[in-house]
Amino acid sequence: MRITRYAAAFAAIGVVLTGCSSEAGNQAEQQTGNTVAVETETSFEPGTTMAELAEAGTMTVGTKFDQPGFGLLNPNTKAPEGFDVEIAKLIAAQLGIAPEDITWTETVSANREPFLMNGQVDMVAATYTINDDRKQKIDFAGPYYEAGQDIMVAAGNPLGIEGPDDLAGKRVCSVEGSTPAENIRTNYPEAQLTLFDVYSKCADALTNGQVDAVTTDNVILTGLVAGNPDGFELVGNPFTKEPYGIGVPKGDDAFRAFINDTLEEAFDNGDWADAWDRTAGAISGTEAPEPPAVDRY
Amino acid sequence: MSTPVLFDLPGPKARARIRLSTVVGAVLILAIVVFVLVRLGGNGQLEAQRWSVLFDPNSGVPQALGEALVATLKVAALGMVLATALGMLLAVGRLSDRWWVRVPVTTVIEFFRAIPLLVVIFTLYFVLPGFGVRLSAYSALTGGLVLYNMAVLAEIFRAGILSVDRGQREAAFGLGLRKSQVMTLVLLPQAVRRMLPVLVAQLVVLLKDSSLGFIIGYFELLRQARSLVEFFTPTFGNQYTFQLYVAAALIYIIVNVAISQVARYIERRTSRNAKAGRVAPVPMPDEGMTAPVPVPRR
Amino acid sequence: MQFFIDNFPLLRDAFLTTLSLSLLAGLLALVLGTLLAALRVSPITPLRGLATFYVETFRNTPLTVVFFFLIFGLPQIDFAVGFFTGSVIAVGLYTAAFVAEAVRSGINAVPSGQAEASRALGLSFGQSLREVVLPQAFRTVVPPLGNVWIAMVKNTSIAAGFAVTELTASLQRLSNANAGELVLVLLAIVLGYMLITVPSAFAVSRLERRVAILR
Repeated sequence: MRITRYAAAFAAIGVVLTGCSSEAGNQAEQQTGNTVAVETETSFEPGTTMAELAEAGTMTVGTKFDQPGFGLLNPNTKAPEGFDVEIAKLIAAQLGIAPEDITWTETVSANREPFLMNGQVDMVAATYTINDDRKQKIDFAGPYYEAGQDIMVAAGNPLGIEGPDDLAGKRVCSVEGSTPAENIRTNYPEAQLTLFDVYSKCADALTNGQVDAVTTDNVILTGLVAGNPDGFELVGNPFTKEPYGIGVPKGDDAFRAFINDTLEEAFDNGDWADAWDRTAGAISGTEAPEPPAVDRY
Repeated sequence: MSTPVLFDLPGPKARARIRLSTVVGAVLILAIVVFVLVRLGGNGQLEAQRWSVLFDPNSGVPQALGEALVATLKVAALGMVLATALGMLLAVGRLSDRWWVRVPVTTVIEFFRAIPLLVVIFTLYFVLPGFGVRLSAYSALTGGLVLYNMAVLAEIFRAGILSVDRGQREAAFGLGLRKSQVMTLVLLPQAVRRMLPVLVAQLVVLLKDSSLGFIIGYFELLRQARSLVEFFTPTFGNQYTFQLYVAAALIYIIVNVAISQVARYIERRTSRNAKAGRVAPVPMPDEGMTAPVPVPRR
Repeated sequence: MQFFIDNFPLLRDAFLTTLSLSLLAGLLALVLGTLLAALRVSPITPLRGLATFYVETFRNTPLTVVFFFLIFGLPQIDFAVGFFTGSVIAVGLYTAAFVAEAVRSGINAVPSGQAEASRALGLSFGQSLREVVLPQAFRTVVPPLGNVWIAMVKNTSIAAGFAVTELTASLQRLSNANAGELVLVLLAIVLGYMLITVPSAFAVSRLERRVAILR
């Protein structure tokens, strides 16, 4: 059979290649060491979301799977890693739920509200900007971080892009349906938008010179720059404020207050800064910033 | 090949000409391949280190791709079984004498043939929960593949049933069989045999379409490849991007060619057993659709 | 209703993008597919092999993968095309394989007597293919080709992930902006596709009947 012959040739190449090791294979096991103690003694008022979750001993959290530093799926462990993930683990720990008992569900920009409204997830920690539109449908705890929309360009910034006003007539890449894309569309209509479904494609397009700039929240761009420091650079001039919150179902004020308490505690006892240093901070090489003030609206 | 009627057996001059074009053609193809390889090499895409990641268990890549292949096959297998069964039912329904069966069935078939699979999957996963129906990514993807492909397969089966010689049907009725018996005992068995190549081609399409699971975060091959790319990017830049997508493409091709080979084997066996002699093949469907025409009989 | 009025310009542009993407890719697929079918019955072995290789490869690869290579792979050999152009080429190259199969089955369906007669009249390979076999083959393959066309129109939805703002891309954009009216968004998008596919399906079944009479 011809097929078998091809398969054999393919396998042979594989054997030869196994001989040499890949950089990726030599990468040391990434340890996201879990330093947060899981509460063993929990008591919540019966009927609250906290009581239900603590009783169940498990919860479903929506997060990004493709955002370096915040929520990125590790193919080896099958679990996402990042700052959002660590924050969710902190909250779960207060409910007496161990990290391995959390079910992670991928949420993309388009499905975060529907997932919360339909009860498909218990909460969402997914670079989720708090804004009034979204507050109509769901509620936010936090913020636990404040990002801002920024611009990433090719190393050396050949086109001299310093801010959003310089984007006029330039090919700017972002993700279809995202807040940054809408912001450019409404406030900087001169820019030519190129819209993919994920940011990793934007990075490829910038490498290939198919677009001139990529714009979205600075923390997302930082993750992309980290992967290709010789190819990309961040303009470093954030022009919006994007407070990231934990999305919870509309009207669950007790759960929201509980998350806010947990966040403030983590701000104070250093768990928050520690989570930053192990995830987003490790990628961008930046110190943990001052934690934002929780907004108990 | 049944085509040599299109040209004479070549004489010495023609043979020389063909030899020349053969050489020229081969050189041209070789030149293109060399050109692509040189350009790839120039961009560093051929370094052994970049490719060895695909086979290096320490990188987790072979395991991840293997699991993704299993995930792909799981969706495809269930989808194939359900879509074939439902497609057969719908085909029979569309040929029913009763209008209240025929009309709704036809509507269902035409509806699912008219909208893109991507939209069907999107609806199942993102819109249905609004109405209280929650599906996992696996169920939504399988459901989408089934809904879409059952419509396509229904048309394939209908074409097959119609292509069975009218005399068969008439003879069966003449023997006093009931309508359902004519369908199940006489028409369907012959139709299925005749439909086999088209059926398998459609199943290959179904397998390939499972890659649309990316839209709802189902970790099939292509989504897994993308996820690996995204995982490596913060640490290694895009040095494995090209390789991982090539790997995904090769796995698809190998699996699909294997399915087609199995189909060819079955086809050879069944056509040997067919007493009717040569079985007229039903025209290839395109991806996703079939010819709703009976095979033109000569 | 307000939703449709508010978003009409966006939906219209998206529809026109899907339509033009389909028409251009369809043209490319028809030309290339016919050429490939001709190659597959030609006397020159490497060309026959090349065409077979092409058809088998593209039939067994998901369209999304083809897109990846066209949009992000080509720059690796120092070529780059625009996103719309790239999408036209990706859909066109992919569909050409299916066109080639349809046309080839059509060529095989032309009674061999036709080819023999044209050879006996002294027509060359090219002439007998062009003047005698292909015109008849196209008549037989009109229905399957029509179906290839319909499937291709729907396949253009993959371009949504590659920076082409066609109907499915607008679905993603509008569904985020109008999460409460998801059903309306969906309806608008589905209608957009049906505006192309339903008349096409109707035309195909009309042709199907015409062809059946001609035979």
